[in-house]
Amino acid sequence: MSAPNSSFDPVEVAALSPDDIASAVDSALIAIAEATDLDCLKETRLAHAGDRSPLALANREIGALPPAAKAEAGKRVGEARQRIKQALEARAVELEHERDQRVLLEESVDVTLPYDRRPAGARHPLTTITERVADVFTSMGWEVAEGPEVEAEWFNFDALNLPPDHPARTMQDTFFVGSEHSGVVLRTHTSPVQARTMLERPLPIYVICPGRVFRTDELDSTHTPVFHQVEGLVVDEGITMAHLKGTLDHFATAMFGPEARTRLRPSYFPFTEPSAELDLWFPGAKGGPRWIEWGGCGMVNPRVLQACGIDSDRYSGFAFGMGIERTLMFRHDVTDMRDMVEGDVRFTAAFGTDV
Amino acid sequence: MRAPVSWVREFADLPADVDGRRLAEALVSAGLEVEAVEVMGADVDGPVVVGRVVSVEELTEFKKPIRWCQVEVGAAHGHADTPGIRGIICGARNFAAGDLVPIALPGTVLPGDFRIASRETYGHVSDGMICSARELGLGDEHDGIIVLPADAGVPGDDAKPLLGIGDEVLDIAVTPDRGYALSIRGIAREAATAFGVAFVDPGLELVDLPAPEPGSEPHPCASDDLSACDLFTLRTITGFDPHAPTPSWMSSRLVASGMRSVSLAVDITNYVMLETGQPLHAFDLAKLRGPVRPRPAADGEALETLDHVARALSADDLVISDDTGAIGLAGVMGGLTSEIDDESTSIALEAAHFDSTKVARTCRRHKLSSEASRRYERGVDRVLAPYASARAVALLLQLGGGRYLGMTAVEAAHEPITVALPVGLPSRTAGLAVDAATVVGHLRAVGCSVDDSSEPLVVSPPTWRPDLTDPADLVEEVLRLVGYDAIPSTLPTAPAGFGLTEPQKARGRVGRALAGSGFVEVLSYPFVGDVELDALGLSTDDPRRAMLLLANPLSDEQPGMRTTLLPGLVAAARRNIGRGTTDLALYEVGSVSHLAPGQAPRGTTTPPRPAVTHRPSDDELAALDALLPTQRAHVAVLLCGLRDRAGWWGAGVASGWSDSVEAVRSVVAAVNRDLVVRPGEAPMPWHPGRCAELVVDGVVIGHAGELHPRVVEATGLPARSSMAEVDLDSIVQLARTVVSGPRVGTFPVAKEDIALVVESSVLASDVESALRSGAGDLLESLRLFDVYEGPQVGEGRKSLAFALRLRAPDRTLSVDEITAVREGALAAALAAVGASLRG
Repeated sequence: MSAPNSSFDPVEVAALSPDDIASAVDSALIAIAEATDLDCLKETRLAHAGDRSPLALANREIGALPPAAKAEAGKRVGEARQRIKQALEARAVELEHERDQRVLLEESVDVTLPYDRRPAGARHPLTTITERVADVFTSMGWEVAEGPEVEAEWFNFDALNLPPDHPARTMQDTFFVGSEHSGVVLRTHTSPVQARTMLERPLPIYVICPGRVFRTDELDSTHTPVFHQVEGLVVDEGITMAHLKGTLDHFATAMFGPEARTRLRPSYFPFTEPSAELDLWFPGAKGGPRWIEWGGCGMVNPRVLQACGIDSDRYSGFAFGMGIERTLMFRHDVTDMRDMVEGDVRFTAAFGTDV
Repeated sequence: MRAPVSWVREFADLPADVDGRRLAEALVSAGLEVEAVEVMGADVDGPVVVGRVVSVEELTEFKKPIRWCQVEVGAAHGHADTPGIRGIICGARNFAAGDLVPIALPGTVLPGDFRIASRETYGHVSDGMICSARELGLGDEHDGIIVLPADAGVPGDDAKPLLGIGDEVLDIAVTPDRGYALSIRGIAREAATAFGVAFVDPGLELVDLPAPEPGSEPHPCASDDLSACDLFTLRTITGFDPHAPTPSWMSSRLVASGMRSVSLAVDITNYVMLETGQPLHAFDLAKLRGPVRPRPAADGEALETLDHVARALSADDLVISDDTGAIGLAGVMGGLTSEIDDESTSIALEAAHFDSTKVARTCRRHKLSSEASRRYERGVDRVLAPYASARAVALLLQLGGGRYLGMTAVEAAHEPITVALPVGLPSRTAGLAVDAATVVGHLRAVGCSVDDSSEPLVVSPPTWRPDLTDPADLVEEVLRLVGYDAIPSTLPTAPAGFGLTEPQKARGRVGRALAGSGFVEVLSYPFVGDVELDALGLSTDDPRRAMLLLANPLSDEQPGMRTTLLPGLVAAARRNIGRGTTDLALYEVGSVSHLAPGQAPRGTTTPPRPAVTHRPSDDELAALDALLPTQRAHVAVLLCGLRDRAGWWGAGVASGWSDSVEAVRSVVAAVNRDLVVRPGEAPMPWHPGRCAELVVDGVVIGHAGELHPRVVEATGLPARSSMAEVDLDSIVQLARTVVSGPRVGTFPVAKEDIALVVESSVLASDVESALRSGAGDLLESLRLFDVYEGPQVGEGRKSLAFALRLRAPDRTLSVDEITAVREGALAAALAAVGASLRG
């Protein structure tokens, strides 16, 4: 490496001769053109444009020139280096393109290879549809109430205006715990949660009670002795059947789309008066939209309010309930109740983690 | 209740164009659940005509007696060679020359796609068929052919209307509050109201009966106690012809209504019951001894009912008795000793009003239900009895002859029932304006008398509506007639809520965590039995054997409520394996029941029963809850087969004990807690050397690990299957709801690996905690990344390799600091578990 030259003798700075510069450029351009891949080009770049390349060395000599010669020499060397730089860039683009065309193709894989190392898990659709129902109601400010599955007969029947010997008790084929006189049953509906809620929570009450219930039916394609219900209960001042209808219509559209709606038919339940059967206009029904029996509902019987210590002159309420299995069956076109019971992973896996 | 439309029309003046379907729609809107509209004999296609049997030739050369009959079928229907006459082969014997019978002509198709044709049989050409009720799809009767009444018509007439063929029948499911709808009377009333047409009440119009001859004595009745039977009547006739046939109009209606024709007297009691809703019972007068009286049965008293079942009675049963003892179960079924038969010429006809609760209890106790009891349980019109029995007597005299001897009766006085109804209550209940005139009009339409001169209205419900006792009951009557469709739809505004509770959210997270780890949820029935618990190897004194027992289990093999979720998962796994899915990761979240201290598997027999007229006291509520077992949510998992499948990426990985532990770790992580795993005493069904006791915050929450080989064998699960079961309620209680954010250091990390040699029995967790405590605050994380046992470390020893990450929050660690941490950790491991650095 030369130190800065103070003698100003142009003869001593041979590297700056136009011929030498031209020949350095020529040999660089040949080397660049001959580079066959990016690695080779990298070496060429080092040799012809690196710190030790002839032109880099020549560039350093410029400082040793007399001031009058500096400008011309600087221009000459600068132009030469620029030509090499451009040639390198152009060749790099060519070689990169070539690599993309050839090399990446060579190392491509079959992305259609199956990847099922660990099959996905799934939550039961009865769990997830219940969650969807809860989401509809909690978004309206309601809460989710729960109660025991093994339940006192008093909560399951007596408090709900179903005194002993009431014929409606035989409508619900009851599992008795211990003996028929033990006062303990497997709850036949989620309605005892309503009674517990009215006894325990401050007014007003806006809750749904989802849960598992039991009746002594044999398992077949449309019955199961263990199934799930969700009930809704509202107790507040000035509650009317119009509020019941509005709630059911909203629930129906949330579950079944904007075309869904509900219809009430007079019926009988001891714990509601007036009572109604609840039909759903199901837009997505197989074979076209139609009415489907969905559940039961009505205005909370004042006797039930009284049994729970609520002033029935001041407060009124409504309640509704439907089977979750049944809801799942028509919402998801499930045709056999046993599929929901048997735990076959092929059934449950189809629903994933949410419905 | 099956209601022939033609019968309904007798009392409701329905427009001619109202068919069964329209009637059904109107009744559904009014609150009667019409399940089906059927057409009687709907499958009969082609002519069925009236024929008169001209002659009967007995053919005796065959295995069974056969008749070759000449039947007059009218000029239009006869055979070409014998004008007006057809020859027909018939196997039945319940008819004679001169009888009118229904003839299905060749070409007619009967139910079951049975085509009638002229065909050669028993040596003759049979040119049609004489029909039984079953052959025409009119019922189950097949003991003989139908013989039409002598005045039914002339040969050649269309027999279908005579047989009720083509009549529409509504099948109505009657709810327990609507006892009155178990009658044509009640249904016709609703139909007339729905269509706004005239209604003739067949119930409260006393039929004119011939005045009894002077001096004739009707059979006496008596009662000492009117509390369970407040009205008892007995009408007596003699000289009745027990062989008089039931006219076809009556038998076809009985059949259409789902009953069998038995004999004229019995048919008439059934017919009048269907028409009015009043159950009736006919005694053979000749078999009665002394006054007929309703009374409580004596404990142990015996009665053989008409269904030939000998019944032991209790003092809670109400019976009808005479001097010989019980002769009937009141309101349910008559007794055999006083049954009318084909010799009975004198009849005592009972019509009464029994207490509905009393009848319901008797039915339950004797597991016996009848057309009568179904009506009494739901409430029979309190004053109907004498009207209905008068109607029945009139029919008996008209169709079977005889003389009426009069009626005896006992009756309790009645307090009139009135209900005060604020006239605005229907509006306030519906959220719809219903004016006073509409309220009063609808109440009167259902039979109430209404005093509308004051507010509130004073309403007297009709005698056939014992269900109308409260203002709310009257509101329903008004609103169902207004029509529920008129009620607007308004969403109520709830106060702002707080969404799901933390435990509810936590349970959702647990399920999602397991599903995210590849587990599939199952929901098993909670019923278990000893066989399943035996398979799990539970000893007889295992607390999980102390099950709550059901009085009426679905299966005697599974009489108990589960105390553990494991049997359900085993059953689900076996089912999946049986169906060809052998690599399984299952989970279940569900409730288990354990007997609370002092509770017996069969509970008590004297439970508290607080009054329902007011809120029970806190003590009463506590006593109710004390009846219940301890019910807790558990979560359990089962793994068998491969956890990770084999594939182009490499070999599969079999599931094992650690996967069951890992599942619980993910459950606990879902509530932001750390799981502590330690060896403990392994309960069954776990492998004693491969079972982990699982702890959160010092609380044992359950166990996980590989199944005991004996359990694997007994359950038929694959070897090395593993399970875990933990108390989800405990985990949820321990949930950390708010996680504090960590301070994320940005200075460089220092990574140090330490390989230690320890005795094989030393627990990895003990080595780890020693390293942690010795490393101090600069330790960011520590992870066991390798375990080695083999010749390099010597017999009875193992090497554990840990990766440590060290970092300070405020500086780059110096070499000296890093060395100090390493030395500290090693020293602690040496002191705690005798670990030495692997050379």
